[in-house]
Amino acid sequence: MTDTTNMTSVTESPVKPAQRPALPAPARFRFWAWLWSDKRALISLAYLAILVLAAVFAPVLAPYPPNQQNLMDLLMPPSAQHWLGTDDLGRDTLSRLMYGSYNALYAASLAVGIGIVIGVPLGVFIGFVGGWIDEVGSRIIDGVLAFPPIVLAVAVTGALGIGLTNAMIAVGFAFAPVLARTMRAQTLVVKNALYVEAATGFGASRLHLILRHILPNAIQPVIVEVTLMLAVALLAEAGLSFLSLGVQPPESSWGGMLARAYHYVEVAPEQMYAPGFAIMLTALAFNTLGESIRVLLDPTIKRG
Amino acid sequence: MMYGVPGMVARRLMQLLPVMIVATFVVFSLVYLMPGDPALMIAGDYATPERIAEIRQIYGFDRPMLVQYFAWLANVLRGDLGRSLFSNEAVLTLILARLPHTILLVLYSLLLGAMIGVPLGILAATRQGTRLDKFITSVASLGVAIPSFWLGIILVTLFSLGYRWFPATGAVSMFENPFEAVYYATLPAVALATSVVAVLARQVRSALLEVLGSQYIRTLRAKGLSSRAILWKHGLRNVSATMLTIAGLQINRLFSSAVIIEAVFAVPGVGNLISYSALNKDFPVVQGVALVLVLVVIFTNLLVDVLNATFDPRVAAST
Repeated sequence: MTDTTNMTSVTESPVKPAQRPALPAPARFRFWAWLWSDKRALISLAYLAILVLAAVFAPVLAPYPPNQQNLMDLLMPPSAQHWLGTDDLGRDTLSRLMYGSYNALYAASLAVGIGIVIGVPLGVFIGFVGGWIDEVGSRIIDGVLAFPPIVLAVAVTGALGIGLTNAMIAVGFAFAPVLARTMRAQTLVVKNALYVEAATGFGASRLHLILRHILPNAIQPVIVEVTLMLAVALLAEAGLSFLSLGVQPPESSWGGMLARAYHYVEVAPEQMYAPGFAIMLTALAFNTLGESIRVLLDPTIKRG
Repeated sequence: MMYGVPGMVARRLMQLLPVMIVATFVVFSLVYLMPGDPALMIAGDYATPERIAEIRQIYGFDRPMLVQYFAWLANVLRGDLGRSLFSNEAVLTLILARLPHTILLVLYSLLLGAMIGVPLGILAATRQGTRLDKFITSVASLGVAIPSFWLGIILVTLFSLGYRWFPATGAVSMFENPFEAVYYATLPAVALATSVVAVLARQVRSALLEVLGSQYIRTLRAKGLSSRAILWKHGLRNVSATMLTIAGLQINRLFSSAVIIEAVFAVPGVGNLISYSALNKDFPVVQGVALVLVLVVIFTNLLVDVLNATFDPRVAAST
């Protein structure tokens, strides 16, 4: 999933200067100006903000407690009392969807967070030090990259024990080499830049070089990658919970809701739509935001 | 130093050795993630003390980790991946019986994905900026975001329970009846192929746009070559390596998605085997499937490299 919104017009001369908004404006204003100029990013961010609010304030906002069963109203279609209907235990689908969004966002952040914490320092370190450490580090990265992430997550839960946190730690472990590889490549480019040489000449320490010069200048592609990864992690959580290897019942998750809905699909087919759309829209929002940030950070892409 | 494709294969194999050591070490060290005494965990709840002692001896938990790793690796190289805690069958036998189902699914969806995704990408690139291009790009964004197992459920509801065109679940061995096998694999393969279509369409589009915007294409245009000739003779040839590489990378993702899709369609493949075994704490089977799948992915990537080198002599020379 790279270079997809490469909207650069092919007939244009590459020497034409990229059109950036006036730079001297304070960062805060530039952010809002960017958001206003990129409607897709605006919509995605608004959607995600609503989702976060729904997740955090689910105890206040949800019309019913997520595990409240009502055995008189099983598998009901949408109605005034239950906007999205009820599941096979008579639980309110909308309420479970809201509580499920908490687990989805928590799982995605956890996996990506672990990926960053392991991957970014590792990539900078091996890229900066170079030599045989880089050689060994790169082979380790290749070795872990070969694992299909879900297979690794299932294997780790098989060993560590079943549960959402264990599963997402494993997904994060599978993400780490992806970020490490990007960070390493970026570090290799940046560490030879003139300003790094200048800082070295002024006697800057290695730590100072890494934290003040290399990291800030090498991190940009990682920001894009991390945003896109949130979508992958979200889909992984949904899939693992669908297999009952992630979120454990009675706690609600979108993937777990789909698993139950699939069981009763012939009786209540409408139950499978809401969780599926929730997963798809959230993944779409992360992807769209990632692509927008890529366009924002890449000076060679003309923005319009 | 050897030249050409054979030399390249030899060099790549040498590079793959450390990668395989790391991958197998990760699979091996899963045993250390287990809470408590791993021998007790592996033996299961109903094991006799003799069995536990035997397992402790096989795995050699009292020896240093590296020694244990090489002992384990030696067993693996002999084809001994241990036994299932439940059926007591050899793990390798269990896996080999199920692997063809998964391989069929992955290859089928890769083929479907390439047959639809590549033409869509070409279409979008050659009609850049038009409504068709925007439509294809938007559909591709949806295709990446849609959970494949949800799509699978929708396909089952529509085409199995609704129209009854396809069987809802199950699979047929391709060695017994290849036609039935493909027929049974169609719905799950379509569900898996969606993301491949989306990724290939987007990547082919941007790669082709980049090639079509390059200097030598401009020269060809200037000398009066028709757009069609430029696209077929020069554009696509230079994009083919990108296509192959991206298709190869999809293999890894497809095995991931297959674990979940096999549960939706009750396909008796290795994906189903690993998730079922993880739920039932059948650790040797979990470990075995992870090992076999990671090796399959590594060798597929080698195959992609070899194909790339066969088509493009520059690749053979540079790696």
